[in-house]
Amino acid sequence: MNYFADALAWIVDPAHLHGSNGILARSAEHLWYTLLAVALACLVAIPAGWYVGHTGRGRGFAVGLSGAVRAVPTLGLITLFGILLGIGLTGPMLAFVVLAIPSILAGAYAGVEAIDPAVLDAARASGMTEWQVLRQVEIPLGLPLTVAGVRSAALQVVATATLAAYVGAGGLGRYLFLGLKTQDYAQMLAGSLLVVALALISEAVFSTVQRFTTPAGLRTL
Amino acid sequence: MIEFENVAKHYPDGTVAVADFSARLPAHTTTVLVGSSGCGKTTLLRMVNRMVDPTSGRVLIDGEDVAAQDPVKLRRRIGYVMQHAGLLPHRKVIDNIATVPMLNGVSRADAHSRALDLMDLVGLDPKLAKRYPSQLSGGQQQRVGVARGLASDPNILLMDEPFGAVDPLVRRDLQQELLRVQSELGKTIVFVTHDIDEALLLGDQIIILAQGGEVAQRGTGTEILTTPADAFVSQFLGIDHGGRALHPQSSSTGATILVDGYGRAAGILSGALPGHTTGTQP
Repeated sequence: MNYFADALAWIVDPAHLHGSNGILARSAEHLWYTLLAVALACLVAIPAGWYVGHTGRGRGFAVGLSGAVRAVPTLGLITLFGILLGIGLTGPMLAFVVLAIPSILAGAYAGVEAIDPAVLDAARASGMTEWQVLRQVEIPLGLPLTVAGVRSAALQVVATATLAAYVGAGGLGRYLFLGLKTQDYAQMLAGSLLVVALALISEAVFSTVQRFTTPAGLRTL
Repeated sequence: MIEFENVAKHYPDGTVAVADFSARLPAHTTTVLVGSSGCGKTTLLRMVNRMVDPTSGRVLIDGEDVAAQDPVKLRRRIGYVMQHAGLLPHRKVIDNIATVPMLNGVSRADAHSRALDLMDLVGLDPKLAKRYPSQLSGGQQQRVGVARGLASDPNILLMDEPFGAVDPLVRRDLQQELLRVQSELGKTIVFVTHDIDEALLLGDQIIILAQGGEVAQRGTGTEILTTPADAFVSQFLGIDHGGRALHPQSSSTGATILVDGYGRAAGILSGALPGHTTGTQP
């Protein structure tokens, strides 16, 4: 028997497409969780990263925090939040936000820090306020690396969002846990392939965004 | 006029960049601060626009202490040109030049038309206006840097080794260009360099600095060359090795060449030697 062919057959089976447990609904859920988690993480991590990059303050703290948070097992965190907050989306969503923050923070901060100090010196010497230096120089020049951080965070969350189903919150992980319980390996593999597909789409979207956010003067000629 | 009154700069780690420096830089002239690295020349330059604040002493512009002025407003009325141009890589040449006027609230259209005038003034082809800095040569970038420094029509222009990173031929071009621009505009220029030849060429007043911002000698180029204050100045000028002492010598082609203390042919004598009738006619 061939699990791979079975999984593909499972995916293209019209019976699995619609309905509350259908591929469309589950993929949409999965995508929504990813977007929400990454967006929430951006709200926290991008300003924090720019602040650290601009002022140089809290640099050690940011680096240490990023490293420490990366070591936290997401499954454990979901279980912990599940126990504290109950079944539902809040627990896993918090865990995904925690998962996404380090990459985004590191990208935002590295983007600002990588700028040639002579450029910043010239900007200040021309009479830019600190705020103008940040807005007109550091953010545009740091944007490609910031987006790169968001890109890798999105990839991590897409792959990890399968764990939402662990506490009954749905998403493509539903197929994995359901397949595991019923020994339906075709369904499990189908779920995995769908996650891979979403991950590839996310990469494609972000690589385009990255190209567009690279300032024209910095693109390779 | 810019005055330094007993300024000093000490860093928390104990480094003394400038111990005690006083000078008067007359308006509409070029003063060159020249010295080896670590003499505090850049620190002194940056005190004028408050990129560095002195630990003690005062810097006055037209009698007003800069310490009492808002650094951002102060910098917007002082031109600044630095070694590697320091252009904003994500902005076109024209936008780089227009930066300061636009910070001052000049409209984009006005700032751009001013920028084009300045490109013309510093000898840049207007076709380069839409290029990015990375698409320009080092010499062109430096011209953009000078144009940006002049964009808000400042009375004072600070130049920190502006031609240090370009090749000698381009440097000579840029120096001549600066002399021409200065003869038209008459700015108060503070120019920092470690190149004594550049100092002699550009400076109305030259201040030679030893370590810690100590003034080894100040004066015009002629004064310094003819009466060097001490061995340090002689060495800095290259007099002690005979690098500046030129002797006429007849060459095999009949022209009179000038030979320095190393025996190197330093130039050709154009015009007669005082008290002689030989030599090429002017």
